[in-house]
Amino acid sequence: MSAHGQAIGPPATSRRLKDLAFRLVMLSCLGLALLLLAVLIADVAVDGIGHISIDFLTSDPSSQADQAGIQPALLGTVYLMAVCLLFIVPVGVATAVYLEEYADGSRWWNRLIEINIQNLAAVPSTVYGILGLAFLVRGAISLGQVVLAGGLTLGLLVLPVVIIAGREAIRAVPPSIREGSMALGATQWQTIWRQVLPASVPGIATGVILALARAIGETAPLIVVGAATFITFSPTGLDSAFSAMPIQVFDWVSGRPSSPSNDFRPLAAAAILVLLALLMTMNAGAIWLRNRYEKKW
Amino acid sequence: MEAGTAARAASGAPALGAARRRYGEDLIKGLLVLAALVSVLTTTGIVVSLLSETIVFFRDIPLFDYLFGTRWSPLFAPGSFGVLPLVTGTFLITGIALVVAVPLGLGAAIYLSEYAHPRTRKAVKPALELLAGIPTIVFGYFALTFFTPTILRDLLGMQVSIFNALAAGIVMGFMIIPTIASISEDAMTAVPGSLREGAFGLGASRLQVSLRVVLPAALSGVVAAIVLGVSRAIGETMIVLVAAGQVPNLTADARKPVETMTTFIGATAKGDLPTGSTEYKTIFAVGTTLFVITLLMNAVSIRFVRKYRQVYE
Repeated sequence: MSAHGQAIGPPATSRRLKDLAFRLVMLSCLGLALLLLAVLIADVAVDGIGHISIDFLTSDPSSQADQAGIQPALLGTVYLMAVCLLFIVPVGVATAVYLEEYADGSRWWNRLIEINIQNLAAVPSTVYGILGLAFLVRGAISLGQVVLAGGLTLGLLVLPVVIIAGREAIRAVPPSIREGSMALGATQWQTIWRQVLPASVPGIATGVILALARAIGETAPLIVVGAATFITFSPTGLDSAFSAMPIQVFDWVSGRPSSPSNDFRPLAAAAILVLLALLMTMNAGAIWLRNRYEKKW
Repeated sequence: MEAGTAARAASGAPALGAARRRYGEDLIKGLLVLAALVSVLTTTGIVVSLLSETIVFFRDIPLFDYLFGTRWSPLFAPGSFGVLPLVTGTFLITGIALVVAVPLGLGAAIYLSEYAHPRTRKAVKPALELLAGIPTIVFGYFALTFFTPTILRDLLGMQVSIFNALAAGIVMGFMIIPTIASISEDAMTAVPGSLREGAFGLGASRLQVSLRVVLPAALSGVVAAIVLGVSRAIGETMIVLVAAGQVPNLTADARKPVETMTTFIGATAKGDLPTGSTEYKTIFAVGTTLFVITLLMNAVSIRFVRKYRQVYE
């Protein structure tokens, strides 16, 4: 082209038009994607906003749509998240510490653990439900269809998220910090406990919040381990039957016969709004943590 | 390990205080190993729980009938256990989702990476990640109460059942757009600027740079993003459980209701089944099928990414 000397001049108009058209098509892809998701949220908001009230938050489900509320489901979710948190923080952080600070990456068993964690992240959530059903609810551990079994199932499901985020946070602490600590006579564990972990807390906390944000909306594994769809009491402990926010939404969308005079779908939309509000709060917390405490070495 | 080397180095010089074996340190390391084993045990648990019941299942039902049978009605005696309708249902919906999500997701990624102002990108990326975290039950609600009645029936005038594969598939496409867009955008942004500058220097337009330089260079990441989208679609339960119906149809007609593997598991496990019953065992057989399919996809993706990954510095 340059031999003809034409490429030096302004590009031909048709080429410009083609370029502009391409740019507009790409922009509309992005616009359409965001628009569709905005429509989704707007639809739920329009359907549900009228039903949100203090009564809705503090009442039990009912066969009468105008009296039904979400208290047992909301408390069930709080219990599940508490169990999940108590499980994923120690196990997730300890795994991350082991893989980053102790494991020799050239050993086959350490590589096996790493590959295994990558693969676990791709297992469908329903399959975790089957694991929970076979081992935690029945079989070897036989907890029954209780809060502890549900929370642990969710914990196993989101554990890879915590491990991956934890490893990144620990890796971001520069080696000089460790060397300085060791040179002053600290043992390896003292170095980890007093230098490495405190420096990586913001990254780990962000990962934990994102993991909980994933767990709070998971429905399928809870259905499989046997969350109750209609329950009129709040959980009283770890061995209590439970419902959860997404389970309540599922029941109102498709489990309950709706008629024009007794329509449960707006209630489902209202419950979704509460769930989304919880999610946004958690995500905002994660973003705030990341920005506030992010350390540049 | 570093502590071990330090201790060995110090042992030659007693003045520094020779290292004694620190049992506390060993204990802690042991505890950390135990924690790391939890994830290995999880995988073992998944495989053992799936296989033990699946093997019992195949004692009653011949493998051939299961894999190639075209009728699925396990809960009514005499049961029929051909899994094909569930597999085709899963792939029909996944296919529809991809037709929606791949062009839109890649287009959004190309715009963000090649055209958008850095400030736009900084605002849109977290929004996409936030949207990727919306619980899927919300998409199920949207498909059933808005997309089918308002868009498909009223706006487009289509004759669809209230539960149908089309709405579930399209809405599932919306669900995976943020995943595909966000991860492909990461891959495209990672292509070094010098490649683009070289192409611009040779007189290429932005269109040519995007499609002939950046996209091929980022191919492994883009494919990984799409595969992740596919495995999310195959494993997705709530959208199909709510909006696609639970009729095991062996059909390519997306206006009809279909049943997927995940739908069957969810719908069947909802009732409290007695351990050891045939219904209980079918959950595990279908779960194994689902697990093997996603595992194969993951393996192919890892291999593809390794083969085509371009490493720049």
